[in-house]
Amino acid sequence: MRNARLVFFGWFLNLKMMMRSAFNGVLSVVWPMFFATTAFFMYRAGHDQHTLLFASLGASVMGIWSATSTSASSVLQRERRHGTLELMAAAPANFALVLLPISVAMTTVGLYSMIATLLWGHFVFGIEMHLVHPLLFVLAVPVTIASVGALGFLLSVACVRYRSAWALGNALEYPVWLICGFLVPLALLPAWVGPLSWILAPTFGVRAIREAALGGSPLGDLLAAAGLGAAYFATGVALAEVVLRSARRTAALALS
Amino acid sequence: MGVIEAQELRRTYKTSTGTFRRKSLEVEAVRGVTFAVEPGELFGLLGPNGAGKTTTIKMLITLLIPTGGTARVLGYDVVKDAREVRRRIGYVFGGERGLYDRLSGLDNLRYFAELYAVPPREMRARIGELLELVGLNGRENERVEGYSRGMRQRLHIARGLLHDPPVVFLDEPTIGVDPVGARELRATIAQLVAGGKTVLLTTHYMFEADQLCDRIAVISKGEIVAEGTPADLKANVTDGRVVEIEVFGIEDAAVERVRTLDGVRSVNVEPREQAQVLVVQTDGRELTHALLGHLDGAQVGRVSAREPTLEDAYVALVSES
Repeated sequence: MRNARLVFFGWFLNLKMMMRSAFNGVLSVVWPMFFATTAFFMYRAGHDQHTLLFASLGASVMGIWSATSTSASSVLQRERRHGTLELMAAAPANFALVLLPISVAMTTVGLYSMIATLLWGHFVFGIEMHLVHPLLFVLAVPVTIASVGALGFLLSVACVRYRSAWALGNALEYPVWLICGFLVPLALLPAWVGPLSWILAPTFGVRAIREAALGGSPLGDLLAAAGLGAAYFATGVALAEVVLRSARRTAALALS
Repeated sequence: MGVIEAQELRRTYKTSTGTFRRKSLEVEAVRGVTFAVEPGELFGLLGPNGAGKTTTIKMLITLLIPTGGTARVLGYDVVKDAREVRRRIGYVFGGERGLYDRLSGLDNLRYFAELYAVPPREMRARIGELLELVGLNGRENERVEGYSRGMRQRLHIARGLLHDPPVVFLDEPTIGVDPVGARELRATIAQLVAGGKTVLLTTHYMFEADQLCDRIAVISKGEIVAEGTPADLKANVTDGRVVEIEVFGIEDAAVERVRTLDGVRSVNVEPREQAQVLVVQTDGRELTHALLGHLDGAQVGRVSAREPTLEDAYVALVSES
């Protein structure tokens, strides 16, 4: 109960902080529309609703990825810069549970991003949302968001130990759009990209969402996304105390 | 048994220089520090910037693992029993950092209360008491970004006391705070000790240590160079005298000549506008003429002599080390 309170309150305050920054707020609102617009202009030549929905769904997961995984590492760096990372580490609470609300808050923004992207595509570009498996779609969305959030959590754990790991989060943002097949199908990319994409939950998440919406059998991809998400989460929890100890040894918790 | 015990505590930092040909360096920030703080005591760790005060405190509060020696807080080892130590200590540092600026003071306190597992039923009352203690009641719903430096520092103190820890570490809590705010903070610190808490305070303000501390350890270049009550430290220099000589454009060689003069304990050069003031501590002998004789070439202004203060004792200890 106590741990649930800690995660809930941490999530609430992180969201509150994000909402109070005008710059972050505007970016969060504009970014998903940018993704949707990019996808529409890439695929509009075909005039095919099926293809446009394929692109729109990919763009919506781009928003989740950008809001969740890359931001989680930047937020950790902000905590370090503001001196609050040391205070979090000096508290007796389980360190994984102290870090988790940051990723959960980012995930919440990711959910908004997905909805905004789909609505923008629908109302501005007329992309119809005909879902072949609506129930599986409703299941695939939270599983994908949770698995991407778990990857963000793992990145944020790495940021505790390595002061420059936030740059890794930023560097991963655009390559993952391609590697996971958000914008173009993986079949169009070189064969060596395949194994890389298999260790990334968003690959399976976006595929499950597309198959649920456009037709296909999303269950396998859904399970793969959930399994990878659980693996990221378990690894993050197991590593949190280890990296904290290592950061205490190398004096990586503070900037000075 | 001391509430806080440090035994031959050491901490080395690894750093590197250069861009293409990087050289790795080891900096010894703390070199074998030993001291013990008794229950209910306010113990001061006094030293100049870079002396190792903050590194020492960070080892004691489990944020850094020592590279040598041991430390215990309330009998718990700071490395092996880190979580037990964290449950029982409060940590307050000075400066602008360590708070969430976009949140209100109340939200900051509620978040840290959750981190320290303050029971929900007690949280509201506890926060209310602390806001009263630090004089922030009525301002708790304002965002921290609008707080003055003194208000932030008081919020820091309230944050460090949320779980009612028996031991409190205060790392330069009055740094950058205006004189009135600093005085209020010192009154709050005195209240903590009166309430039975054991406090370890680091500061580089001599008068603050003198006013507040039961005992002081002077730390310089990572080592403790003196330890005792403020009266003990003053006693080290009460038999001496301090000669202050205003000079214009003194050379290093002349300062060194003065330093080697028989009867001189320490020499310190303090810049003052266009002049410098040579502050010379002697063993009590009348050395004014001899000192002036060693300043050949320098233009001399006002010369005065006075009894030494605690600050002189501190300066002598730090400059001798």
